[in-house]
Amino acid sequence: MPKNIIEKIWDAHIHKQRKGHPVVLTIDKLLLHEVTSAQAFAELRRRKLTVRHPERIIATLDHSIPTTSDRNNIVDINAKLQVETLRNNTKEFGIQLYDFDSGHQGIVHVTGPELGFTLPGETIVCGDSHTATHGAFGALAFGIGTSEVTHVLATSTILQRKPKTMLVEFIGSLPEHTSSKDMIMKLIATIGVAGAKGHIIEYTGEAIRAMSMESRMTLCNMSIECGARAGLIAPDEITFDYLHNKPYAPKKSEWDKAIQYWKTLGSDVDCYYDNVVQVDISRLKPMVTWGINPEQAISINQIIPNIEDAEQAYQYTQLKPGWRIKNQAIDWAFIGSCTNGRIEDLRIVANILQGQQVADAVRMYIVPGSEQVRQQAITEGLDQIFSEAGAEFRMPGCSMCLAMNADKVPEGQRCISTSNRNFIGRQGPGSITHLASPATVAASAIKGAICSAEDL
Amino acid sequence: MEKFTGITSQAIGLDMHHVDTDMIIPAQYLTQIERNGYGEYLFQRLREQDADFIFNDLRYQSAKVLLTRSNFGCGSSREHAIWALMQAGIRVIVAESYSDIFYNNAVKNGLLLISIEAKIINALIEKSKQAMLMISVDLHEQFIMTSTGERFSFDYEPFRKACLLKGQDDLDYLLEATR
Repeated sequence: MPKNIIEKIWDAHIHKQRKGHPVVLTIDKLLLHEVTSAQAFAELRRRKLTVRHPERIIATLDHSIPTTSDRNNIVDINAKLQVETLRNNTKEFGIQLYDFDSGHQGIVHVTGPELGFTLPGETIVCGDSHTATHGAFGALAFGIGTSEVTHVLATSTILQRKPKTMLVEFIGSLPEHTSSKDMIMKLIATIGVAGAKGHIIEYTGEAIRAMSMESRMTLCNMSIECGARAGLIAPDEITFDYLHNKPYAPKKSEWDKAIQYWKTLGSDVDCYYDNVVQVDISRLKPMVTWGINPEQAISINQIIPNIEDAEQAYQYTQLKPGWRIKNQAIDWAFIGSCTNGRIEDLRIVANILQGQQVADAVRMYIVPGSEQVRQQAITEGLDQIFSEAGAEFRMPGCSMCLAMNADKVPEGQRCISTSNRNFIGRQGPGSITHLASPATVAASAIKGAICSAEDL
Repeated sequence: MEKFTGITSQAIGLDMHHVDTDMIIPAQYLTQIERNGYGEYLFQRLREQDADFIFNDLRYQSAKVLLTRSNFGCGSSREHAIWALMQAGIRVIVAESYSDIFYNNAVKNGLLLISIEAKIINALIEKSKQAMLMISVDLHEQFIMTSTGERFSFDYEPFRKACLLKGQDDLDYLLEATR
């Protein structure tokens, strides 16, 4: 029977299944960070268990750490303890930690792929809902809770019910001034924040095939924002070229064997999906959110719609139905996060900021997704462009995406952000968030108000 | 994991769709390395912003049953959301639907999530606002009953039901399956 890529990977990882029980699913890779792992290791210790496959795990620091140049000096005593705890846990259980001085510290979903740790056909989990990012490589990757982190540490398996499958087909190619961020925001606005609940998505279409790995990661990253367990893209030559010679990627004859296998992963002709959605992107415009969840998004030229049950959203964002989103004044601009903190994003931003000035009333943070992204940006002179434009180029981390560290948008202030969630208070208590692409955020920072790169 | 068989308690109604885990517990309270100490931060932002927010109403402070609408627990995978709810006394949630990761996290901690159709939920939430509404939950027989005598049955996955009734967690199962 023909299978789609999701079923192929799933079936290859069924360790055991008893009748009427969930599947015992083999997990190939686990990524750890400081916030959702401490309790998992504590449970392991309490039960006197060991880590079954430490070689299939990597850890880094991202969520609660400072992004200032003196970041080794963590002022928040809780965050400091969290970081120390991860250092101790990884040392005790023999797990590779990419610490500040390693050259590879970064947001877990930026660092993992950069190292070639993420490979096609694998099952990959992390105590973080944006783990679907790794789906860009044709891996089945999803977020789990801390209890499940314990399960994977101890057994390299978890219990899972078989998810439904959904095909999302993007029709057409990307117009100028738009990116994969606008594509995924368009999908979420179309099907809603629970539109793919219970499903794993396969993304297809000519725009996807033409896209870099960085752009594919941005797209898969936000799968959770339409409720999907995971989202993935079948691997192709672009995937293989990206992975070739990466530290964790297979080498020599192993590499050839791996490619042969990876080429069999694509969905079979006439395979079945539980759900199929088509999104026409041939006339896509830059997208911006106006409300308090990612489905409350419109094209930059549209007016804010009047929808039922959204009183709380209008009130919180201080916007009204019938108003334009364009030209709303902003106080902050944030470039970064596991959605848009990669070198390609920084190049787009530098291209727009070059020779321009961030508006006087706007404070702009540019936070690279990893140490490697930061170094590459410096090599290319992007840091110079950022500082000449008046933006602050900081050290890698999750930063203002979830405001766990000191990087917060002050109460009542409005931020245009390349991150993934515009939830109430997400970027700091009382902060207002508008999600958008790197190009739209950079253009808005210059203008001091929401606009697209086309409007400059 | 705590065993769960049944409960009778006052219900508290949170009349919202898409309650995300950032609302349930904001990220700034996730810098602890323990499983305890989250209950007091439950819905912290909403409680700060709105004095009339239902979780500020002392009349509901002993409620163990939470009534809410669709897609509850969407967003971040933080299991802290489950810990915060349970440490604030919530043992059962009755809603239209839940996000996937939140659902998975709940069953691993002994928090019972019941799905019931929208119009019943809406009616129950309305009742809980007007007067003290007591709800009895029977997992064994899979029904809930209100103090006004209405009875609603619910579906529940047999495997998960057995785990909850016995207080058996996944780790023992997986250790045995992978031995």
